[in-house]
Amino acid sequence: MDGTHEPVDHENAYAGLLGGDDSQWAFGTDFEDPLAGVEVTLPDGVAAEDLAAYAVMLADDALVMAQRLSEWCSRAPDLEEDIALANVALDLLGQARLLLARAAAADPSCVPVLPEGSPVPPEDALAFFRDDRAYLNVRLVELDNGDFARTVVRLLVFSTWRLALLEPLRSSRDHVLAAVAHKGVKELTYHRDYAARWFLTLARGTEESRRRLLAGLDMVWPWTAELLLTHPVEARVAGCGIGIDPSAVATEVDSVLDQVLSLSGIDRPADASSLSPGPGAPVPGETGRDGVHTEALGALLSEMQSVARDHATGSW
Amino acid sequence: MSSTTDRSRLRRARELAAAVTDPEMPMLTLADLGVLREVALEDDRVVVTITPTYSGCPAMATMRDDLVHRLVDGGFAEVEVRVSLHPAWSSDQISARGRQALVDHGLSAPGPAAVHAGAVPLTLTPPVRRLHCPRCGATGTSLVSEFGSTACKALYRCLACQEPFEHVKEI
Repeated sequence: MDGTHEPVDHENAYAGLLGGDDSQWAFGTDFEDPLAGVEVTLPDGVAAEDLAAYAVMLADDALVMAQRLSEWCSRAPDLEEDIALANVALDLLGQARLLLARAAAADPSCVPVLPEGSPVPPEDALAFFRDDRAYLNVRLVELDNGDFARTVVRLLVFSTWRLALLEPLRSSRDHVLAAVAHKGVKELTYHRDYAARWFLTLARGTEESRRRLLAGLDMVWPWTAELLLTHPVEARVAGCGIGIDPSAVATEVDSVLDQVLSLSGIDRPADASSLSPGPGAPVPGETGRDGVHTEALGALLSEMQSVARDHATGSW
Repeated sequence: MSSTTDRSRLRRARELAAAVTDPEMPMLTLADLGVLREVALEDDRVVVTITPTYSGCPAMATMRDDLVHRLVDGGFAEVEVRVSLHPAWSSDQISARGRQALVDHGLSAPGPAAVHAGAVPLTLTPPVRRLHCPRCGATGTSLVSEFGSTACKALYRCLACQEPFEHVKEI
């Protein structure tokens, strides 16, 4: 900042804050490609639509989880948790944006077509103009938050699973996926530690906190089986060094969750895949990865997408 | 255009870009924060490459706008800002001058970031960081939250002067 200050305008609380440097106020004035200058050429040996679908899967997991976590804004148990959950949501939203942009660059035909003159960038078109049937997230992330304990259980399962996926994804032959994974691993390490510490605190806290944690675990657990199921797209991208087969990270996920459960004095719930035909039991071809969702996703999306859809040609 | 002129234009572009400050931590320049990756001249155009600190860093658009604004004001008509995602930013890339600037402004600078090539171990106890209170210098501090007002900061409290302060996280 240079030393020339304008006289302070006492009628305007914002005047003078930045020494007359109004360039600081240009927040979000235009949309820019988040992958500007990044190498997005399709790697050899992978179909464009497979790479795009896989990037959309990873993006939708993060986007829907971020939206659910954002619902805690202004209503978490205390200010620190409010800020923490919003921070986790922001990291995931950032991962989703890059991944959706990657999908759009790999296969532009996956981007919904908007009215002529719409300034909406491709990653936003994917986020705000797809119906629930086109969302490819696992169903775990779309379920209602429930109370704080259930939110902690879900975040522990989700961040443990996503971290286990992103660790090996760092060596993807796709530069963008590898880069998102490198950064995502650092971010998810903080998310998982946060959730695991709260899990332990609630488990060892009061009778009430433990009761709520166990109730949250009962609600969340049946939806975990789907996380480790391999979708044909995931099998194909894993086969050519672009993506990760989720069934390959089962051991890592189990070992982390077992560590937290055993320190919490909580027995591991029955294997989620043996719970069928209960809620959440994955039927191949009818999972979140196939675009088959619970009612909760439709409601979430209608709230998340309403402004963008009402103003498809709006400039912000 | 002679190469001497090119070199001096490049030097000038670098100086201008390096002096742009972070919108959320304005005591740091983008160079000190380690997000300014490269400044190059491609014919008449200045190409600046930056990297995000966190995936969702909302300051990226502002950084881009500020870079363009400063370089255009500095006489460069054509400015392009590109993003580099690899290698991922690490708090280790904050310069010594940047660390001092953080402390001078009441923030605590990050220690060395952990590097994990394979599976990341779970850490069930909050990290122990040997911090000095940036206000009174005392060593007794207590972690309030690993998440703060921006993605890159944790919240602490000094046990001596009781003042809260922010610590830039290791990542």
